[in-house]
Amino acid sequence: MKSLEELRKIREAALKKVEMREGGKDYRVVVGMATCGIAAGARPVLNRLVEETAKKDYNCTVSQTGCIGMCVYEPIVEVYGKDGEHTTYVHVTPDMAAEILEKHIAGGQVIEEYTVAAAAAGNKEV
Amino acid sequence: MMEDLAMHTLEILMNSVHAGAKNIKLEITDSAAKDELLISVLDDGKGMDEETAKKASDPFYTSRTTRKIGMGLAFLRGLAETCGGEFSLSSEPGKGTLVTASVQRSNIDTPPLGDIGEMMMETIQADGDIDYELAYVTDNGRFGFSTKEAKEMLDGVSILEPGVLLWIKEYINEGIKQVKEDIV
Repeated sequence: MKSLEELRKIREAALKKVEMREGGKDYRVVVGMATCGIAAGARPVLNRLVEETAKKDYNCTVSQTGCIGMCVYEPIVEVYGKDGEHTTYVHVTPDMAAEILEKHIAGGQVIEEYTVAAAAAGNKEV
Repeated sequence: MMEDLAMHTLEILMNSVHAGAKNIKLEITDSAAKDELLISVLDDGKGMDEETAKKASDPFYTSRTTRKIGMGLAFLRGLAETCGGEFSLSSEPGKGTLVTASVQRSNIDTPPLGDIGEMMMETIQADGDIDYELAYVTDNGRFGFSTKEAKEMLDGVSILEPGVLLWIKEYINEGIKQVKEDIV
């Protein structure tokens, strides 16, 4: 059975990590959680992002935003780097979310085929 | 459509978040003896005047300006009416809003409760500054969770840390399981 006391351990672990990193996190991962996002399946994506980030200690925060205005591309995951660069991933599934964390956050590599630019280019061909 | 009560409730919680609430109280009373499941959400957000409150659960009304639909309250009212329960909304400008909805537990149309831990994690994540008090009460007992208590334990570490959010989800679901009764 879990107890509130466990939060103290989580707190200490979090503080240690902050010391090791000397400051904030490098990336900010944002999920569109408006009704359009949720209807398209953003909840399991958000959950997977939180779970994987907690388990594997990725160098990012995970947060929510409202409707980004591209409902047709939901679920949308945006990744902001510390230098202001920004990547928009579209039609994200929980497995893709895990891959984005692994390749983009841990590896620093943008997964081009998941981006909105790739999706828009694909639409033109059709 | 929304497949469980947790998703309906999340919509109502999001209304409170958007109404600028600082404190949100969620109580779920799940009683086999009374054959009733009652959800109430009380917030200290900006509230509504009488006229707006009357229209709020009308599917053709919304206060949103980004688009012309908003279905959270209408769906919840529809659900309560379909499932042998009742819906009510009371609000006062500047004070806050209370939404309650009940369903008959044994009604064939009553959806499952759903994942309350996940729902709480999602609503907390929408704005870490809002405080929540959750109570889940059955004929067997009561489980409570308060973000204020959690924040005291965390002592400066953000409640939005992924490790903390995940813990909250699991803590709530474990606590609910301890007092939950099976549907009869």
